[in-house]
Amino acid sequence: MSKHRRVCDGRIGLAVVASVLWAVTPSAAQDGAKPAGKQIPHEIHQKSSVPGRADIPNAEVAKQLRGIAPPPIATPLEKLPLPQMRLPNGFRAEVYVSGIANARTIRLTERGTLFVSNRVLDKVYAVVDRNGKRETKVIASGLDRPNGLAFHNGTLYIAEGTRIIKFEKIEDNLDKPPQPVVVYSDLPNTSSHGWRYIGIGPDGKLYINVGAPCNICEPLQGTAQIRRLNLDGTGAEPFALGVRNSVGFDWHPANKQLYFTDNGRDWLSEDLPEDELNRVTARGQHFGFPYCHQGDFTDREMGWGRSCDEFVKPVAKLGPHSAALGMRFYTGRMFPQQYRGGIFIARHGSWNRTKKIGGDVVYAALNRDGSVRSVKPFLTGFLQNNDWIGRPVDVEVMRDGSLLVSDDFAGAVYRISYGAPRTASR
Amino acid sequence: MIASGTRIKRGLLIAAALVLLATPGMTQSVAERLAPCLACHGENGTSTMPEVPSLGAQPAYFLLIQLFMFRERLRNVEPMTSMLKGVSDDDLRRMAEAIAKLPAPKADETPLSPDRATRVRELVAQHRCNFCHSGDYSGQENVPRLAGQREDYLIKALRGYKDNTRRGYDAQMADVVEPLTDAEFAEFAHYLARIN
Ligand code: HEC
Ligand code: HEC
Repeated sequence: MSKHRRVCDGRIGLAVVASVLWAVTPSAAQDGAKPAGKQIPHEIHQKSSVPGRADIPNAEVAKQLRGIAPPPIATPLEKLPLPQMRLPNGFRAEVYVSGIANARTIRLTERGTLFVSNRVLDKVYAVVDRNGKRETKVIASGLDRPNGLAFHNGTLYIAEGTRIIKFEKIEDNLDKPPQPVVVYSDLPNTSSHGWRYIGIGPDGKLYINVGAPCNICEPLQGTAQIRRLNLDGTGAEPFALGVRNSVGFDWHPANKQLYFTDNGRDWLSEDLPEDELNRVTARGQHFGFPYCHQGDFTDREMGWGRSCDEFVKPVAKLGPHSAALGMRFYTGRMFPQQYRGGIFIARHGSWNRTKKIGGDVVYAALNRDGSVRSVKPFLTGFLQNNDWIGRPVDVEVMRDGSLLVSDDFAGAVYRISYGAPRTASR
Repeated sequence: MIASGTRIKRGLLIAAALVLLATPGMTQSVAERLAPCLACHGENGTSTMPEVPSLGAQPAYFLLIQLFMFRERLRNVEPMTSMLKGVSDDDLRRMAEAIAKLPAPKADETPLSPDRATRVRELVAQHRCNFCHSGDYSGQENVPRLAGQREDYLIKALRGYKDNTRRGYDAQMADVVEPLTDAEFAEFAHYLARIN
């Protein structure tokens, strides 16, 4: 290994000489003489892995199946997709803050500070509102996929890929945050589904998702679950099992049950399975992954010998590949009656689907018993000609009842309000 | 074997390249800025140096993301992180656009083993490399071109995703390599390096 390195380092050195002298690069000598071999023509038309769709691997359609990466640079304010956004009558959208590339999880404090996290980038921000004037500060950088945020009694918790850290009294120290303290680090280091989502439950415990380290597999011990632990990192225990990857959960304000979104597997088909909204009524329930999807069909590889009846079924299906992420019970009073007591859910939008869906915020209305009555679109317009112009990730209810929505594609947070225009917050 | 004296020189020379890059006054054209880069990566889009990737015809968005990641040390590999330190967003964009216009790399001319090619086609059908990297492996948007890339670099990249030393910008390749073995990486690399 080290020998090998040295050789190539030396060559790199030579190359730089060349560059400095404005000369040509060294020859390909190190590759040795290249025998002129007979070229076997590259076969463009490969076998399809999609039954019945010989066109898939190479047609334009196949290209639509890839994941679209969120830009590392935020969309400038004047180019944000406000004009394209659609809301039910009486609602309006405005930009709450722009210029935060890859804006992911959002958490508001009672004082009105908004914390914003990253997933593919490395920062956590605080947005401070002074009478409608907003200032954005980076409070932590160099973090490893710091997607998860929770705020509790003055302390900000950040979940990185392999640990949870905390900043105490953060709001008094936004300009010079103290050194973070590590709370918990018993998390697997996986790239696949290796980012976290956290929340603090009505029981005062910290809940965290530990996603399956794959698209579909028999999950490693301790993965494909939502765990809970004490705020000091002790007492970790699995809370919900068979969860492929949950990147959003919240507790019912009345019955205190945990509801969570879960992203279904990929590469099965355009329309199956759908993402799930689940409800945990008892600790230790199993929600089906990898054996059963969307509560009603067994996996084509992992599901043999299993039955969906072994598992807890979702309370709602949220659309195939729709990437349902952040969700919040609406506890505000600004919105009309029909939007109270239910859940706003951000659907980040599909990859692995030729005709994109999602990229919106939907509203799930609940029945008295906590079951779901309907799921309807609320904020739409981010999907134009099968391309994203924005992608909602998380939602948060402001004190005045307006709704904040983060967008990791455009790098912004929007505020949705109802009724006569008022300025944000107070 | 190259002596370690060269290694010391390498440090100095990278420093010299950095000085060149950081020449004050924005009069430096993109071409001038890229000259030190292409000394390593190959002026005509094809790298001739071990484990240094060819950059020709890479999609501009992929390049922008990788350059951004080097600058922010999200992809922390020397000399790339030092080379891009402090470069503005706009300059990253210009460099990415200029590099994308370089000619596609020349495929390795040593013979493609028909057996290995068959195995790779079977693996591709299973793992759908072509869906994202496109049917001719020319890449698209955030997904890199693989056709004609250096064999040693392809192996290095795949191993990096597998052992987490290269964390991609997003997790797409992590899911892909999860079920793959080192022997299969070698097969992919052999094949991809030899197609145009
Ligand atoms: C001293 C040699 C050297 C110089 C000079 C150099 N690079 Fe690199 N570059 C490398 C190596 C080695 C890698 C591969 C790093 C790895 O293994 O992950 C790389 C990787 C890259 C990549 C990622 C390509 C891919 O397919 O993932 C890009 C883009 C890039 N360099 C652009 C540049 C630019 C732009 C410059 C000039 C500012 C530059 N390089 C200067 C050696 C060099
Ligand atoms: C779901 C889409 C997807 C699939 C399927 C996929 N790739 Fe990738 N691949 C990507 C993306 C996106 C990147 C860039 C990741 C990053 O930021 O490092 C990438 C990067 C790579 C690289 C690094 C190239 C470079 O220049 O740095 C190699 C090598 C590679 N892929 C090989 C493969 C092979 C082999 C397969 C099939 C076994 C495959 N990929 C399947 C999306 C995909």
